[in-house]
Amino acid sequence: MKKIIKLKQLTGDFAENKDIAKKIRIEKIIPALKKGHDVIFDFTGVTGATQSFIHALISDPIRKLRSDALDHLIYKNANENIQEIISIVYRYMQESLDNDTFS
Amino acid sequence: MKIFLSNQGNLRNFKSFIESVNLSHPNRLEISTHDKWVTVHPANLVIAAALAIRVGKKNTEITGQVPETGRYLDRMGLYDLTKTSSPFVYHQKEEAGRFVPIKIIKTSDDQSRFITDVIPLLYLSEKNATVIKYVIGELVRNVIEHSFAKNGAVVVAQYYKKTNRVSIGICDTGIGIWKSMNNYWHPKTDLDAIKLALTPGITGTTQKEGGTADNAGAGLFFIKSIAKITRNYFVIYSGSAEYTLLKYKKRIKGMPRLYADPERDSHNETNATPSFHGTLVAVDISLDETPEFNDLLSSIGDVYDKAIRDRKRKKYKRPKFI
Repeated sequence: MKKIIKLKQLTGDFAENKDIAKKIRIEKIIPALKKGHDVIFDFTGVTGATQSFIHALISDPIRKLRSDALDHLIYKNANENIQEIISIVYRYMQESLDNDTFS
Repeated sequence: MKIFLSNQGNLRNFKSFIESVNLSHPNRLEISTHDKWVTVHPANLVIAAALAIRVGKKNTEITGQVPETGRYLDRMGLYDLTKTSSPFVYHQKEEAGRFVPIKIIKTSDDQSRFITDVIPLLYLSEKNATVIKYVIGELVRNVIEHSFAKNGAVVVAQYYKKTNRVSIGICDTGIGIWKSMNNYWHPKTDLDAIKLALTPGITGTTQKEGGTADNAGAGLFFIKSIAKITRNYFVIYSGSAEYTLLKYKKRIKGMPRLYADPERDSHNETNATPSFHGTLVAVDISLDETPEFNDLLSSIGDVYDKAIRDRKRKKYKRPKFI
């Protein structure tokens, strides 16, 4: 099963509102991941995002669900800047957790 | 309180500006200017505006002889926050393409509206607008989330065509950085608190590496790094402390090296300024010097990772050799 989240409708063209990120995380991402579903973030029309927005969106699922989150979170049509920010959050979240739990 | 707006309002001179500020008698604010010429940076404007809002219009005045260049204060909306009538009569030009006058942002919805509706008025290219949206987005969010400022964030931005630079100032009269960091980090001084806030991976909301679900402790480090890479000044002032990142010299080729420890950056600091109950952050961004944003982010991200790795290693148990 797949849960598709079209971000432009929720965040506008620049994703910076952490309250919205938190709402998406609690209401959509975590429940879907707990059911074993893939979560696809569709960034079509989103030109930029802040690190704190992306952190508020995905860091908690990564911390709580670890590989279940990393394996099931998928990013569609993210531009290079957004991809870079997502990659930064992935790196530091995995760095800050115990590596053994990702094997 | 007294604020003097000189003819040298820029971030290089910000320390001397705040040293000249008198914060005694906190229920009244008097703003005066150089009598021949006044030049203000958004940093000067936002602190004047934030204090004016705190004491109220009826307790704020602009005194003395204000020169013709003082009309800029009117255009930016400072007179509207005081009981002094503007002496300037002129045809209001189109704001677009030049500046964002004093704006107050209290909620995350205000912030989103500001980013969507106001930043485009600077008429920047998409690439440059992304950087500015990023900087303002992170800085304003810090105020909304951490400052507990009932008057919100005061924001001003100015585009300088001649130098192709955008200057931004954001100020609040909330709890200040020391109080915000004190729950988990117990900094001894305001300056220690500022340095902690600038250190990647350190947030006032936890001591855990990786931060909490909502905070990573990255925002200010990212903004300081953007200023350094674009070879510009970055200023942060809270309590009795002020830290100015100095301009990275143009004659040194290549991308400036980033450091996790703000001590290692070329900077000025003081822990003896008039004590300001709030926080001010200001930054200049040279659009000519801005590399591709994803390259810039990548460099910042590398230093951020390394900082977390290094801190983690410090906690590892060491073998006992006898």
